[in-house]
Amino acid sequence: MTERPLSPHLSVYRMSRYTLLTSILNRATGLALSAGLILLVYWLVAIAGGANVYRGARTVLSLGVLKVIYVILLATFSYHLLAGIRHLIWDSGHGIEREQAKRSSWLLAIASIVLFVGLAWWALHAGGRTP
Amino acid sequence: MTKSSGTILDDAKRRAGTAEAQEGPSNLRSPLAKVLGQGSAKEGVRHWWAQRLTSVALVPLTIWFVVSLLSLPSFDHATVVAWIGQLWTSVFLILLVLTAAWHSQLGVRVVVEDYVHGGGMKALALALVTFFHAVVAVAGVLAILKVAFGGAA
Repeated sequence: MTERPLSPHLSVYRMSRYTLLTSILNRATGLALSAGLILLVYWLVAIAGGANVYRGARTVLSLGVLKVIYVILLATFSYHLLAGIRHLIWDSGHGIEREQAKRSSWLLAIASIVLFVGLAWWALHAGGRTP
Repeated sequence: MTKSSGTILDDAKRRAGTAEAQEGPSNLRSPLAKVLGQGSAKEGVRHWWAQRLTSVALVPLTIWFVVSLLSLPSFDHATVVAWIGQLWTSVFLILLVLTAAWHSQLGVRVVVEDYVHGGGMKALALALVTFFHAVVAVAGVLAILKVAFGGAA
């Protein structure tokens, strides 16, 4: 079993291809957001636990490491949302020509950066509040 | 199958057989495979369709959540309890947790199917993915309901 080459055959791909990069990024950001879902549920459970439990959870949730994670989650959300919408547009049969897909991958890159910067700016100027 | 000559499936197989005969030898799919239309995964488009359906629902739900969260005046216990206590907040939060957990399960499942090898390991990993997402969904929904019904004061 282990003798045979197993997928993913990472070495055979040209990582610079926009098709590969946009696809694997969508998967990676999806996994990151799955981890974010755990944080969300932890937060909800802490709220349900009452004021004392929540106070303890807030000290955990406002750790420096988690602040970095919130920034990463905002970035991954921005990308996964727009890449997902791009996939839905493809599913409707539009934009699947090579040139169109190339253009939309650039649009995706720019739009997700703009969305991320906008959200991060809003999060900061909303008073620097952390959970 | 030998005795079921009168069933709908048999009839469909016959019709598919005829269609294939007309198309000629270039079509390599068996008549049965064409009739069932399920591909090799044996469950048709269920996974694909569920992923699309949940992603369409998550577009407004996640945007609503991020905007609401960033609009909260503070993250004090009283403030978030009052926020979740509003009827439509709890409705959308429950929908968000359930849809996100389902969508996440569909996605992580594919990643495991792609990257985890060996029959036993793959089955174990897929079972853990399922259990884990069930726990996340139930815990999230129950927490929201508890707050919504005033149990977190």
